[in-house]
Amino acid sequence: MTTAFRLPKGGRIDRTKPIVVRFNGREVPAFQGDTAASALLANGIHFVGRSFKYHRPRGIMSHGSEEPNALLDVDRGGNRREPNNRATVVEAFDGLALKSQNHWPSLTFDVGEINDRLGAIFVAGFYYKTFMWPPKFWTSVYEPIIRRAAGLGQAPTAPDPDRYAQRHAHAEVLVVGAGPAGIAAALVASEDPNKRVILCDEQAEPGGALLHDVTSEIDGVPTSAWVKAAIETLDARENVTILPRTTAFGYFNHNHVALAERITDHLRVPLTGLPRERLWQVRAGRVILATGAHERPLVFADNDRPGIMLAESLRCFVNRYAVLPGRQIVIATTGASAYRAAIDLKAAGASVTVVDLRLEGDCGTELVAAVHAGVEVLTNHTVIGSHGRQRVTGLIVAKLDGNGAVGAPRVLACDCAGMSGGWTPAVHLFSQSRGKLRFDSGLDAFVPGASVQAETSAGSCRGVYDLAATIADGAKAAGGSRAVAASPTYTSFQPARIMPAPPGQKPVKAFVDFQNDVTAKDIKLAVAEGFTSIEHVKRYTTTGMATDQGKTSNMNALGLLAGQLATEIPAVGTTTFRLPYTPVTFGTFAGPNRGDLFDPARVTPIHDWAVANGAKFEDVGLWKRAWYFPARDETMHQAVARETKAVRTSAGIFDASTLGKIEVTGADAAEFMNRIYTNAWTKLEVGRCRYGLMLKEDGYVFDDGVAARLSPTLFHVTTTTGGAPRVLAHMEDFLQTEWPDLKVFLTSITEQWAVIAVQGRRAREMIAPLIEDIALDDAAFPHMAVRTGHIAGVPCRLFRVSFTGELGFEINVPADYGQAVWEAVYESGRRFDVTPYGTEAMHVLRAEKGYIIVGQETDGTVTPDDLGLSGLVGKAKRDFVGKRSLVRPDVVATGRKQLVGLRTGDLSLILDEGAQIVADPNQTVPMKMIGHVTSSYMSANIGRSIALALVVDGRRRMNERLHVTTPNGFAQATVVEPVFLDPEGVRLHA
Amino acid sequence: MLLIECPHCGPRAEIEFRCGGEAHIARPADPSALDDNAWAEFLFYRSSPKGVHAERWNHAHGCQRWFNALRDTMSDRILATYPAGAARPNITTIEAAR
Amino acid sequence: MLENRSIMRREGILDQVAMPAEPSSVALRTLPPEARFVLRLGAGDATRNGSIAGLSLALPINRFGADASRLATRLGPDEWLLIGPDADAETMHADAARALAGTHHALVDISHRNVGMELSGRAAAVILNAGCPLDLGDRQFPPGSATRTLLGKAEVVLFRLADVPDRLGVAVPHYRIECWRSFARYVHGYLAGAAAEYAAVRN
Repeated sequence: MTTAFRLPKGGRIDRTKPIVVRFNGREVPAFQGDTAASALLANGIHFVGRSFKYHRPRGIMSHGSEEPNALLDVDRGGNRREPNNRATVVEAFDGLALKSQNHWPSLTFDVGEINDRLGAIFVAGFYYKTFMWPPKFWTSVYEPIIRRAAGLGQAPTAPDPDRYAQRHAHAEVLVVGAGPAGIAAALVASEDPNKRVILCDEQAEPGGALLHDVTSEIDGVPTSAWVKAAIETLDARENVTILPRTTAFGYFNHNHVALAERITDHLRVPLTGLPRERLWQVRAGRVILATGAHERPLVFADNDRPGIMLAESLRCFVNRYAVLPGRQIVIATTGASAYRAAIDLKAAGASVTVVDLRLEGDCGTELVAAVHAGVEVLTNHTVIGSHGRQRVTGLIVAKLDGNGAVGAPRVLACDCAGMSGGWTPAVHLFSQSRGKLRFDSGLDAFVPGASVQAETSAGSCRGVYDLAATIADGAKAAGGSRAVAASPTYTSFQPARIMPAPPGQKPVKAFVDFQNDVTAKDIKLAVAEGFTSIEHVKRYTTTGMATDQGKTSNMNALGLLAGQLATEIPAVGTTTFRLPYTPVTFGTFAGPNRGDLFDPARVTPIHDWAVANGAKFEDVGLWKRAWYFPARDETMHQAVARETKAVRTSAGIFDASTLGKIEVTGADAAEFMNRIYTNAWTKLEVGRCRYGLMLKEDGYVFDDGVAARLSPTLFHVTTTTGGAPRVLAHMEDFLQTEWPDLKVFLTSITEQWAVIAVQGRRAREMIAPLIEDIALDDAAFPHMAVRTGHIAGVPCRLFRVSFTGELGFEINVPADYGQAVWEAVYESGRRFDVTPYGTEAMHVLRAEKGYIIVGQETDGTVTPDDLGLSGLVGKAKRDFVGKRSLVRPDVVATGRKQLVGLRTGDLSLILDEGAQIVADPNQTVPMKMIGHVTSSYMSANIGRSIALALVVDGRRRMNERLHVTTPNGFAQATVVEPVFLDPEGVRLHA
Repeated sequence: MLLIECPHCGPRAEIEFRCGGEAHIARPADPSALDDNAWAEFLFYRSSPKGVHAERWNHAHGCQRWFNALRDTMSDRILATYPAGAARPNITTIEAAR
Repeated sequence: MLENRSIMRREGILDQVAMPAEPSSVALRTLPPEARFVLRLGAGDATRNGSIAGLSLALPINRFGADASRLATRLGPDEWLLIGPDADAETMHADAARALAGTHHALVDISHRNVGMELSGRAAAVILNAGCPLDLGDRQFPPGSATRTLLGKAEVVLFRLADVPDRLGVAVPHYRIECWRSFARYVHGYLAGAAAEYAAVRN
């Protein structure tokens, strides 16, 4: 195996570290420092993939992140396989496995290539025109076909083995791009040691385009030496952070810039613990964009053949990687910069011909230099096509006559071709920052106009191409100045939207957008069909919509569109640049937020006991709550039946620690409670509790819970588990912004107290042996009372409350004692066969009593009266949050849904929660729905299923037969009172 | 992500805050005195200007205080932050001060 | 009440958390149970009172003051967080309550609501910045700073304590992180995960 196209010396590769990568199974020798692209080209491999739509053979077109063609499947080993990697930015290492994509059965023989012959069909808007009728064909025929045909690589199926990290960072100056402008900016900005400077660049090493410039000098030294010295200076400064392999991909509000740092992809064996990639969220005082420019391809027939590359990329491969992309090279150009590539290629031993559209008189010193170097130059020539299927074999060129007419074609044989249509500043991030672009006709490009954020663009990303000027521009952007002497840069070019071709040339494919296979003809067709806005043309033809975001194609597309519309580019405008600048992995966005850290899993002080005792858990918000405690091989249904029965016959113990708790403190605490809750609190005695209902200002139920008065100026308020944060926020909002005069402070104590609910007729006997300083008898400690004292030696707030309808206590103890007290109470209850129960049993028990759960019986449109709770509304109170809304016309109107119970005809039928209810199942469709089921359970205590529902005028429909949807048709149910057990409340006082 | 100047804590990232919508909508002293239209106006109607907008913000994961901010909805530039209850700053004054 | 407390040992939520092998450039440790109080008090009243339970309240917002065993941090215009040894809980509460009698205030025991951890080392700030959006620069968040903020999806109170010497005797940043009890395993896991790569660098 030879690397026939590797030059014997030069380049930035490490020749002491030979490596072997594989391409479609074939061994490809390379060196450390190669990219996948340079490794392939060193071995003479240009043909590396098939195009998206036409399956045309494609090669490597560029040398950087703008690459539209060379998308490879990359396998880094250990389940690290990823499709659609640009070969030009994948760093090679020993053992790296590359595969071509989008072909079957093989790269060289691809059945899909038929699409290219059928090109006349696959025009712009093909999908819209073809896959229209009949509608039912969409799911059965069209979509499966399109899905099979679409896409490039194969998504990996194995879990990602890597770790991803994230970091917030702050800098006085963020410099994006470490080319000459960015380096100059960073040098100036970091002179002040108090200024933190971050310099990031997408390439593996800083230097930008200087990494492949081996001829220029800056202040008398080669550019590589200048870069080296500058980076050493920056590196020595404590206030500078240099981030190679780091792409600034998103520019957000207030100078918030997102960077993706690639940490291990270039390593054969990543160090343990190192993340693969890191998302940086940088907040910068000033952002300096030095993002460079992209070279434009030329639009001519068959301009996409493998071997046809951007001219500057040829220069990059020969200088930076010591790879000769071909031995006989023709470079087609409309500008001067390509001559530098021609000269460098010639110096490396290739035979080089430049075909320049410009007249000789329009060329500058580059022409003489090239001729002097031995390059053949044909000025006033156009390119009208190419030969070669899987590798270019020649360019078809023709001389233009004095009137611009295309002369006789002739073929210039070649094994590699360059093209250069001028330069497009990379204004993506500037545009993302909401800065407005300005068209500079002298540069034939959009350049940054006025900045909206604290941002400055510098260097070629704003059209400053000359090397010395670029460095000066970078320094100026950082608020300083730096005058250097540097070799002149060939910069001028003559814009060409499409290369002149002979009239009547047969239908051809002249690609504008290589990644999405959009041709010049597609754009003409879109205009002919009436699309005139660039936004519409973009979507209709898909130009610029591939993952490369049209970095190479946008200006050509705009120019063609302007030409078709007989207008100028500024009148056409540009489409919006969106993040990400280049593709970013999902892992980078996810960062550490997966697995155990996906969300905080909030656990109670009693959680570990529940785990040890076999509980199944359910997620309630972020909380893990014990759902039920199956004994041996019990089903959930069996466990819940056992748990609910135990509570009604003896006693149950339940972890209610997740209940929200708020201390309301201060002289105006009762007044504050009056204003926040619907009911009245002024007269609540110290030592007593009250169930409270809380509304939002719109009159709908927002939360509920029991509040206890511990002193004249202290309330211990409980909220629903899920409502805890929003209730406190709601209270604070009113306290701070509406009633700042009230002397009240609010403090969350949700997590200070573990709450152990003991429910059932044995509850008092269970806890009595553990309590010395609180009288527990019914007279001294009635239902809805609260006492403070000690349990098992631990200070407690003891509530006599019930969410089951049974005699019950809720024991609040400081959280770190929660599990120990739970264990003591549980131990004490063993003689009564106390049963731990979970949230499912809790739900069933409260539904048997018709107690609502906010968020289940309510949905943000339910009033107290809808729930039959108007008794809790303090009508005598002058005002409370939501009061005025309770007399809104829609709230007082008849026909509102009201809470009722439902008894199904079939005792064992458990209705679906959310099931719709109708009065007449035989009415015509669409039926009139009059309500829905809100809660539904099998009640072992009652011996049948029970359900709660919201039904239009429900309270007037007692004993009415309604019909509820089920998966098998309608089920009959009778409307009943929403209390299924002990309506008199005798059990509370057992 | 915005960088918001909390009047108490200084510049902080937007994720520490919660936005409470339009500012300077005082709750009526006696809601029962309002007719249905006036109550609906208070409850449901808010402006959404293109330009400078006074907004309520709460530094929820910081000092937890509510305050107001003038934000240009076009540029997202925050022109001023000021305590809840304070009068809306005169915007022309701020711009002159720049 | 003191003798009752001795009946049961406080069981911290992180008691069972296994510590990762301590990397060279960072140390993460959980703190023993402590006494903590939220003190809410008008700014004017705080100035009048000067110090409470031996701790000065005259602090700028987001700064803390500490003596050998206790600290008071001002988290907002009218909010302080007081922390002391678990054994001092009763006396701290009694001292503060006595000093504030007759003044509108709230003094709420949250000893068990919060959990404390400490993180120190050269890489401590960047580890925190894995999930914390604050600017932790030496000038922006110097020792003596403390504020409520976020770490990943959890709210924390972050303190920059005085720098401590690392194993080589070099002064390195030292932070205290307080979070609510139920978030403690998440916060600890988040920090341990973010610290992992600094262990890797040593290998």
